[in-house]
Amino acid sequence: MKVPGSGLAKGLAVTFWQMTQRSVTAHYPDAMPELPPRSRGVIALIEENCTSCMLCARECPSWCIYIDSHKDVVPATTEGGKDKTRNVLDRFAIDFSICMYCSICIEVCPFDALHWSPEFEYSELDIRDLTHEKDRLREWMWTVPAPAALDEHAEPAKEIGTAQKAADRAAARPDGPQP
Amino acid sequence: MTVLEVVIRTVAVLAAFLVLPLLVGQTEHKVMAHMQGRLGPMYAGGFHGWAQLVADGVKFVQKEDLVPTAADRTVFKLAPGVALLPYLVAMLVIPVGPGLVGEDLDVGIFFVLAVMGVGVIGTLMGGWSSANKFSLLGGIRVAAQLLAYELPFVLAAASVAMAAGTLSLTGIVAAWSPWWLLWQGIALGVFFVAGLAELQRPPFDMPVADAEIVFGPYTEYGGLRFALFILAEYAGIVVLSALTTVLFLGGWHGPFSDTIGFLWTLVKTFAVAFVVIWVRVAYPRMREDQLQRLAWQGLVPLALLQLAITAVGVVVTA
Repeated sequence: MKVPGSGLAKGLAVTFWQMTQRSVTAHYPDAMPELPPRSRGVIALIEENCTSCMLCARECPSWCIYIDSHKDVVPATTEGGKDKTRNVLDRFAIDFSICMYCSICIEVCPFDALHWSPEFEYSELDIRDLTHEKDRLREWMWTVPAPAALDEHAEPAKEIGTAQKAADRAAARPDGPQP
Repeated sequence: MTVLEVVIRTVAVLAAFLVLPLLVGQTEHKVMAHMQGRLGPMYAGGFHGWAQLVADGVKFVQKEDLVPTAADRTVFKLAPGVALLPYLVAMLVIPVGPGLVGEDLDVGIFFVLAVMGVGVIGTLMGGWSSANKFSLLGGIRVAAQLLAYELPFVLAAASVAMAAGTLSLTGIVAAWSPWWLLWQGIALGVFFVAGLAELQRPPFDMPVADAEIVFGPYTEYGGLRFALFILAEYAGIVVLSALTTVLFLGGWHGPFSDTIGFLWTLVKTFAVAFVVIWVRVAYPRMREDQLQRLAWQGLVPLALLQLAITAVGVVVTA
């Protein structure tokens, strides 16, 4: 038989027990939070990798990426050869007041120029300061963590295989660098 | 009693009136937070937010003094004072130690109960004068609650007065002995529950039920007047806890009571105040009809039963 009032006693017991436990509050400004890997804090740019292909700017659902570029002529290296052109990045800016952190630009970049950094403390008093120009985006790159290690029996990344082959070929040449 | 003594006693009561409610309020902040797995205030004043209520007070004072256009201005402005002052007056007659009392009245218990009823009038005045339907609803709920719970509250107190054979609070404490905890146990429960309801503390906070009638009678209040209402609530907790201690828990009785008796009263008062907070965290708000049923079908018969038990006890031991 259920004792009358046992529910009331249980309510008191639960709250009292909870009081004796450590609270679960995160002490954020005093202690940094432990963020999961691949947290979406801010987008970093490796300017050297960017070819101004505009894929990210066009795929962005909120149109928050601004890219300006021009073409430079590279003179032909051989006699009678054809001059080449290459894209030079003039401006690359992300307006984080519009960005919705969907990660599409990072997925779509064919040259791995964009990366997620877990840094999140970049609030500003003026909304216009949330537009990060390319030098600021380049600075965020230093905060990007190394990619997660592969699984134990996973295939090595394709880039590693290619680099290994090139190194082997170079070593096989008689005048090449000796291992 | 010389003039100097009167001044000293009055100032001491005033100091207690200003300090104890803040202590209870801060305890509520922290205890409630920890019971819910939170930390509560941590920054104000530096050490674990001890000055949070001081900061709140400063904030309230800075706010604009607003009175709604349609409000009954005089009543509206008077209400917080009417709500707060009775608790100050009640504190005047509650004894802390033997002889340590603002004014030892012969009819102390009668006086305290009468004065505590006035406190509720302040809330009722606020509800009526605000010219706001939520305030009015809250005010009517306050009135209904006061009517329902005043009866068991007074009956439970009467039981102790009967057992002690005196209406003086000092006399009741002097007559108290530990086995009263058993003999007057029902009265203790009834008195505490009815007192909670009279203070409109959760789980009896139907008049202010913020989920349905905004904030009841206090809806239109802001700034200092609102702060006074809140202060009245905490002063009410102190008075109820002190009264429960004095009437049922033996006041200054305890080991070494002739030297540190007043400490015993304070410790017991704060223990009861802790229970008031604890109950608030543990239980959900009662519905209006449940509230009325508890009073009329639960507490009133229990209080009458206690009166009968007390009467038999008094006659048998006399």
